[in-house]
Amino acid sequence: MSVQDKPLVISGVTFQSRLIVGTGKYPSHEVMKRCHEASGAEMVTVAVRRLDLAAKGEASLMSWIDRSRMRLLPNTALCYTADDAVRTCRLAEELGMSKWVKLEVLGDEKTLYPDVEETLKAARVLVKEGFTVLPYTSDDPITARKLEDVGCAAVMPLAAPIGSGLGIRNPHNIRLIRETVKVPVIVDAGVGTASDAAIAMELGVDAVLMNTAIAGAKDPVRMARAMKLAIEAGREAFLSGRIPRKAYASASSPLEGLVE
Amino acid sequence: MTIWINGQAREVPEGITLAALLASLEVGGPGVAVEVNAEVVRRARHPEYQLSPEDRVEIVTFVGGG
Repeated sequence: MSVQDKPLVISGVTFQSRLIVGTGKYPSHEVMKRCHEASGAEMVTVAVRRLDLAAKGEASLMSWIDRSRMRLLPNTALCYTADDAVRTCRLAEELGMSKWVKLEVLGDEKTLYPDVEETLKAARVLVKEGFTVLPYTSDDPITARKLEDVGCAAVMPLAAPIGSGLGIRNPHNIRLIRETVKVPVIVDAGVGTASDAAIAMELGVDAVLMNTAIAGAKDPVRMARAMKLAIEAGREAFLSGRIPRKAYASASSPLEGLVE
Repeated sequence: MTIWINGQAREVPEGITLAALLASLEVGGPGVAVEVNAEVVRRARHPEYQLSPEDRVEIVTFVGGG
């Protein structure tokens, strides 16, 4: 009867939650912590930046992340070359004591679109160094396949430009990517609201990664909960097998036995 | 001698170790990672690692991001 869902497994690690959230742009660390709790996420992204040497003793981000239940996924956000991204990953390893990274090599400041050539180059180096690489990529099935071929643990196609909230711009490609690769497919970037997350999951992807959609909402904690529910609803709908779309109406009530 | 810390020039004693530099800046511990001339220097090596003139030191930490 009902299909028993299997949990998400990335590189041998099992996750009960299919939502991955960020740690940037929240109104405060406290709101971020409450969002993390409300989202049910088990993995959060973080960025690597120069330490502010003037701000001694400031409560660090890390004290607001419950590492007993959250795996850290350091990113290489705003790196524009493979070399810079690889450097950032090595620093992240020293900081986080883990070799999991969200590889992000961008091509231009206006779109923040991935430079897939540099991303592939960095992925090759990082996989060789033993990193578990989760690359942010374009919604192109061929690039996704190449990233899988070089040993990435997942592929993370964008739904729309980072922070745009435009939703799933090319559902067809996202579905093609899901059909093309065997590793988990995580929609990363572009989600604006709960229905976007649900649509991504209905396409059959394994998880969704988001930051701004939660952190930038008027009530971030409430949106975090909405996203949790949307991810679950979308997954359930995907597993349920939706009805085919038809051009004309089909009555839900019996056509016979009408009173005359 | 002059070294560069996070892009800023700074005068430090000749032959200062990375550990001594971090102590003088009141930073360190598991929350920071250090690169010298674009190569990570692991925490365990900080006490023995001697800096040279014009070394480019990057001291980084985790911050919020997506």
